[in-house]
Amino acid sequence: MDNKELQRIKSRKLKNSVFHGLIFFCTIFGVIVLALLLYDILKKGLPWLTIDFLTNFPSRFPKKSGIFPGLLGSLWIILLTAALAFPVGVGTAIYLEEYAKENRFTEFIKLNIANLAGVPSIIYGMLGLAVFVRALSMGRSVLAASFTMALLILPIIIISSQEAIRSVPSALKQASFALGTTKWQTVTGVILPYALPGILTGTILAISRALGEAAPLIVVGALTYVSFIPKTPLDQFTTLPIQIFNWSSMPKREFQNVAAAGIIILLGILLLANSTAIILRDKYQIKIKD
Amino acid sequence: MKKIDFKSKSGMQRNEKIVSSVLFLFGIISIFTTFGIVFSLFEETVLFFKEVSILDFLTGKEWTPLFEPARFGVLPLVFGTFLIVIFSSIISLPIGLGSAIYLSEYAPKKARKILKPILEILAGVPSIVYGYFALTTITPIIKSIFPDASVYNALSAGIAVGIMTIPMVSSLSEDAMMAVPNSLRQGAYGLGSTKFEVATKIVIPAAFSSIMASFILAISRAIGETMIVAMAAGSTPKMTLNPLESIQTMTGYIVQISLGDVPYGSIGYKTIFAVGTLLFTITFILNIISRTIVRKFRRVY
Amino acid sequence: MEPKIKIRDMNFYYGDNKALKDINMNIYEKKITAFIGPSGCGKSTFLRTLNRMNDFIEDTRVEGKITLDDIDIYSKDIDPVELRRKVGMVFQRPNPFPKTIYENIVYGLRKNGVNDKQILDEVVEDTLKSVALYDEVKDKIHKSALELSGGQQQRLCIARAIAMQPEVILMDEPTSALDPISTMKIEELLLDLKENYTIIIVTHSMQQAARISDETAFFLNGEVIEHGETKVIFSNPRDKRTEDYITGRFG
Repeated sequence: MDNKELQRIKSRKLKNSVFHGLIFFCTIFGVIVLALLLYDILKKGLPWLTIDFLTNFPSRFPKKSGIFPGLLGSLWIILLTAALAFPVGVGTAIYLEEYAKENRFTEFIKLNIANLAGVPSIIYGMLGLAVFVRALSMGRSVLAASFTMALLILPIIIISSQEAIRSVPSALKQASFALGTTKWQTVTGVILPYALPGILTGTILAISRALGEAAPLIVVGALTYVSFIPKTPLDQFTTLPIQIFNWSSMPKREFQNVAAAGIIILLGILLLANSTAIILRDKYQIKIKD
Repeated sequence: MKKIDFKSKSGMQRNEKIVSSVLFLFGIISIFTTFGIVFSLFEETVLFFKEVSILDFLTGKEWTPLFEPARFGVLPLVFGTFLIVIFSSIISLPIGLGSAIYLSEYAPKKARKILKPILEILAGVPSIVYGYFALTTITPIIKSIFPDASVYNALSAGIAVGIMTIPMVSSLSEDAMMAVPNSLRQGAYGLGSTKFEVATKIVIPAAFSSIMASFILAISRAIGETMIVAMAAGSTPKMTLNPLESIQTMTGYIVQISLGDVPYGSIGYKTIFAVGTLLFTITFILNIISRTIVRKFRRVY
Repeated sequence: MEPKIKIRDMNFYYGDNKALKDINMNIYEKKITAFIGPSGCGKSTFLRTLNRMNDFIEDTRVEGKITLDDIDIYSKDIDPVELRRKVGMVFQRPNPFPKTIYENIVYGLRKNGVNDKQILDEVVEDTLKSVALYDEVKDKIHKSALELSGGQQQRLCIARAIAMQPEVILMDEPTSALDPISTMKIEELLLDLKENYTIIIVTHSMQQAARISDETAFFLNGEVIEHGETKVIFSNPRDKRTEDYITGRFG
């Protein structure tokens, strides 16, 4: 090998190293941002995180502000949303994977679901405003918000449930059918138990998404300043993210710290939800093994 | 063995019919949703266009629907959205692609195992949190570099939207690169290529269409992103290319109006549906393009 | 003796592709009938027409007539679910459900409305005994079936099938995924089971067909080339192609 060639190999190797460093930085960029974000929020929010903060109503005074109505509003909406979206989402997935014939109509439904997954969340808010709030006269209520959120997360639940159902080995389905069971019996006896961990994980992720959403609820008409808690699904409401949004846009600087405290609660709940998903999944898998 | 008496199946058959009808109904709820979206948007939009000409709406350069004289040119909102797309893309596309290359081609298994969940966490952070981050962290940094920058500005929001869409670009592109068969890589390594050469000359070209599709999806997502821009970009509709100024996007406008007390049936109420229709149409077209690219150029290895 | 199953002028299509041609066959009660032939010859497809498992594959079609006890199993009044209760099936690879041994065996019974614990307990014990698995697993019948060895799992799958008290058991290469000792145990088991059941077995192994079956049918390209008593088929085949196959001179 002459000198020139060595030089060329050297430069190619150098290029590779530089590139390696560059894309490694790209990857840890996310880690850095996440760390920065958490540090910033914890620093600002932790001192404000008190029991009073959890149990108080919003106030003009940062020190007296609390997140109670938002917490309860979010809880109401999440429970109703899950109750609406889970059966419909899983049912749709079962329909598409086990019942629907392979034809144009089924293709159309699938394409439609994929498209819905890409519709901006604020558009769902407008749907909710026009259909649930106005046309069905639910008003700016918990119920209208829950229907809106249910439609928003439906595509996510459907798509993840479809994947979970598709992962059920066909040998198990055949074994069930060969024992003289109907389709629905096979669905409940073999397919759902096997797919349940995947379905639950997908559903919890979808619900986490709903928990963090603010835009569609603002359009549906969530309140930003609430001095009561919803008692029925037809009451007005606010939610955690909307309270955070409201505090962030207050001119008084201290409210930013209140917002940070709210974010800690929100992220804490999301973390809890996701760990629950993982624990639930693991526990269930052990049960199958025994 | 004793003979077992089985129940007749006729009841079960009836159940089966009911179940399959109910499941079918669930299946078509998604179609109703789409129709619901289109109808509810179009209904008010049609009413809006009875008062404002489509041409004025699409080409007008002033957006002052609630002031006198009211002007309904949507271009300032489109411009604002465009600025956000530009700056978010500058962040999310290269960084997302870079981290996809790293995770798919370079990363040792251990690093992948740690980094992928972190990217997933990043994807799961609600946009309101990024909005807060933009307002309280990114904006002060920008203001320390450019003291003239407005408190609300397109750059800060754009960067935050970009950070939010990194995981999307990264995971979709990575999936595409992982789908490139190893035999292609091994052929190139066999000829003495470096990893850099394999990544840029073999893997990226092979996964190109899916990478493009992920870019388009990220752009579509940036266009539809709401809370970050509502919190950090401002509420001043204007046609500017200066990212340090306060602007307003289509989504930001819808939020602004929704927060106020705009009476049902008023022109203000109708404007958000007109803007919503435009937003829906743009994102819908982008999503279709992305899907078509994936389908049309999907390589069969 | 009147045949248990009669197949007359049967054709089977995957779309436009005729996979089985002009099948005529009698299958007798309480005998083991073996289907042999090279891969892709249609023997498994044929087996699956007998309990209508092919119904699940879209765009398939059956012509001709198949009767079980003189009842047309493809007639409109027949519910395939009920047919499968009478015609059980064991698959190529052991496929126990990810449930306990007990729940595996009673699965079909429960789904068919049998919930009396006493009956279920009895069935579990009886079927485990009849597949010679009882002594091996009696202490862990409430443990996961997935902890059993491959051969034990396959015997459990047979127990699961006979728990439904079928009249016919279809077996699709039931030992192809097993080691020789497990295979031998299952073969012994089949010889016991034929006292009570009509057994039809698809097998790749000619030795297996020769060892356990009473009747053998040789399939080639979707046709039955030769069908008769196993002894005759193996010692004195009429067709040259059968002879080539059983002597191993076949691709």
